[in-house]
Amino acid sequence: MTDHILRMSAITKEFPGVMALADVDLEVERGEIHALMGENGAGKSTLMKVLSGVYPHGSYTGDILVDDKVCAFDGIKDSEAAGIVIIHQELALIPQLSIAENIFLGNERARRGVIDWGRTTGEATELLARVGLDADPSMPVAALGVGGQQLVEIAKALSKRVRLLILDEPTSALNARDSDTLLALLDGLREHGITSILISHKLEEITRVADSITILRDGRTIETLRTDSGEVTEDRIIRGMVGRDLDHRFPEREGDIGEVRFRVSGWTVDHPTQSGRRVVEDVGLEVRRGEIVGIAGLMGAGRTEFAMSLFGRSYGRYVSGRVHRDDQELRIRDVGDAIAAGIAYVPEDRKELGLILDDDIRRNTTLAALGKVSRRRVIDPGQEVVLAEESRRRLGVKSRDVFQAAADLSGGNQQKVVLGKWVFTDPELLILDEPTRGIDVGAKYEIYLIIRRLAAQGRSVLLISSELPELLGMCDRIYVMNRGRITGQLPRESAAQEPLMRLMTTASTPRRDAP
Amino acid sequence: MIALRRLMRENARQYGMLMALVVIVVLFEILTGGLLLRPLNVTNLIMQNSYVLILAIGMMMVIITGHIDLSVGSIVAFVGATSAVMLTGWGLPTLVVVPLALLMGALIGAWQGFWIAYVRIPAFIVTLAGMLIFRGATMIVLGGESIGPLPDSLRALGSGYVPDIVDAPVHVLTLVLGVAAAAVLVWTQSRSRARSLRHGLGTSSARVFALKQAALVAVVLTFAFVLAVHRGIPVVGLLLLALIVVFSFVMNATTMGRHVYAVGGNEKAAMLSGVKTKETTFWVFVTMGALSALAGLVFMARLNAATPRAGTMFELDAIAAAFIGGASAAGGVGTVIGAVVGALVMGVMNNGMSLIGLGVDWQQGIKGLVLLAAVAFDIYNKNRVGTRRRKNRAQHTAPDSGEPVPAQEKGRAPAM
Repeated sequence: MTDHILRMSAITKEFPGVMALADVDLEVERGEIHALMGENGAGKSTLMKVLSGVYPHGSYTGDILVDDKVCAFDGIKDSEAAGIVIIHQELALIPQLSIAENIFLGNERARRGVIDWGRTTGEATELLARVGLDADPSMPVAALGVGGQQLVEIAKALSKRVRLLILDEPTSALNARDSDTLLALLDGLREHGITSILISHKLEEITRVADSITILRDGRTIETLRTDSGEVTEDRIIRGMVGRDLDHRFPEREGDIGEVRFRVSGWTVDHPTQSGRRVVEDVGLEVRRGEIVGIAGLMGAGRTEFAMSLFGRSYGRYVSGRVHRDDQELRIRDVGDAIAAGIAYVPEDRKELGLILDDDIRRNTTLAALGKVSRRRVIDPGQEVVLAEESRRRLGVKSRDVFQAAADLSGGNQQKVVLGKWVFTDPELLILDEPTRGIDVGAKYEIYLIIRRLAAQGRSVLLISSELPELLGMCDRIYVMNRGRITGQLPRESAAQEPLMRLMTTASTPRRDAP
Repeated sequence: MIALRRLMRENARQYGMLMALVVIVVLFEILTGGLLLRPLNVTNLIMQNSYVLILAIGMMMVIITGHIDLSVGSIVAFVGATSAVMLTGWGLPTLVVVPLALLMGALIGAWQGFWIAYVRIPAFIVTLAGMLIFRGATMIVLGGESIGPLPDSLRALGSGYVPDIVDAPVHVLTLVLGVAAAAVLVWTQSRSRARSLRHGLGTSSARVFALKQAALVAVVLTFAFVLAVHRGIPVVGLLLLALIVVFSFVMNATTMGRHVYAVGGNEKAAMLSGVKTKETTFWVFVTMGALSALAGLVFMARLNAATPRAGTMFELDAIAAAFIGGASAAGGVGTVIGAVVGALVMGVMNNGMSLIGLGVDWQQGIKGLVLLAAVAFDIYNKNRVGTRRRKNRAQHTAPDSGEPVPAQEKGRAPAM
């Protein structure tokens, strides 16, 4: 009889229109490191939010058993009282406060509201020693690197007498050395009886430290593997993560692929605020007329950063790189230049970056190309309405009329408005960043049809997506990015999920030259 | 009937404040025993509130971009002081001083716009600094004393009337202008309605439209008549009319105006749509500076003196007017006409409360409550519309989530 610290059984969580978790089981033994794996959107984070009480008891069905007792958490406070602490990918530290203050935030060492600084500093020093961070507890957290901050988070968890520690992609922002330190620490905590759940995309890490691995796919538990059985290889895990059929969810391609229209070479970009942090490094690619080219990669691989920096340097600090259209070098210094050069970028976050939610469909549609509906900078309201209406019909936006506010549309229709806005600029190169994220199946198909039609008109399309089936179903060629670099490219014929996943997850593959 | 109800419901936000203005006017007309709308008092109302109206137009633009300007009162004082020195001390003619003053205001706006748009210091801080800097500068220029009287040519800006074309007991030019204004209004609205019909877009029914136009014409003509009975249209009234027309046009019908709304509505999305967001913000502050200078000239002309304390609290009146007139603190929302209505609400209340002999202490408190009530009403209304829309959306999207739509059905008009 094995000793389970946690058993989650038949967890089902539904959001309006989306089944996020369906009958998910997760069993974690006391004192192990348990990896949770799956593609983006497989339900890992949702499951952990259910466990930590972010989604309170009653908003899901199924049981959570900690130490074989059924628990009903109504919030993070409850789960922490049971010894479960989650550390999110985006760290929840307050940079201006000191390390000690952060460790005891919300849990202050105080007497009647007055902080006992002696105890605070003393206990903080002890905790820092346990996590192996050699730093003065009175130092502000901002002075630490990301790796150090991660360790402070763990110290904070330890201060809450954690028994089950959940880490959501803890190493995604760390360099190799910091990652090793962290993983060694998890190993050490295991010796002290602390169980960890590790969410990660890095196969090599997982196979090294995890005792067992649970794989989720499309909101379901696929299997749980034990690493000591010896059968667990990276291939085995990948197969579990992606093993699904490509059915007829994508329209047939039409039109011909022509000559190379856009060529990017040596594209290198630094982080906008952290000097010296390279986000995109020496990226080169080309797109032909009428071709849909995919960019695969995990979150944080630098795909969005690459696309936005290409689009008029709207992200980061430009270091180097050239763009050619029809063998002519383009000079693009801002978004206006990019639009004039025939480039359009449909952003990933349509509410934050794509739309003006208070404005109606008409104004959103024409914003990027007001010149088309105005003469001498005076807008012709009749022409604007007619052209916006035409665009609305062509894209099949379901709304009363073009005067409906963007905020009142469903996700799929909002996405169509954003697409319509960029099609309205009559671009030669359309960069689509996760164009179907958070959209239901029917609307997805319509968006795919629109993309196909744009390519058939001879436009070039760059499609960034985290959904491998989408890339495989839509693209003529797929580049893979990992840690800011292009790690390979696969033509449509030989592209499949396994080799893509391998290129996306391998630590550092030397860059292959384009064929 | 259904169309009318829909019209009322959807435009509750736009018309709400207009209705509030009407209610306030009627209330004080009764309370003052008919004093409020006497021709003399109507003319007074315009002149008393002219500078706040000018500032409110600019402030509306600033708030639409999502910023705030606390320095306008001090700029009013500073531009007034320097202009007074140029007029009386250096003996420069009015025709030279007015453009110089406007240029000075624009430069001050450029100074503040630079820090806000390019260095990205919050406007609250930049203009708070400006408030102190230009108040101090005013005192330095004036040496702590008032300058006056001013030349008649400048005073006309604050208290003059447009001369009439013929000699008659009523002001004929004002009546002619009133008729012309009513005609232009009806003509533009008919044209836009005809255009909507031509493109097959939904419009209000012919009867509702006619009713609206009749009400509009009646209001404009009555207003012109009331002014004509007194001494005709004041110079500053004509100036205001021009500003309202020009700024409404810029904000509604030009790419520049569209960019201002876009920057305030979602700066990142605007930037990614090729809008030069920094330039747009910068020019809004330049415009605000120039309008502050204009308000400074008008105020000084009306007072017939430049004083060190001129323009104190004007910024708050202008901000209150913009918010009463439907601006959103989050930016992206508001109209020039709204700012005018908001300023008139404040103005009529000031005037009416003074007429019935209410003390300044009570006036302040009541104005504060009205501001709070106006914005609370606005937010309540917005939330109510929001829930109704969300319900509709649930119905609208139902056909969206089913089977993939076959290609041949894509072209048909949505059934909604």
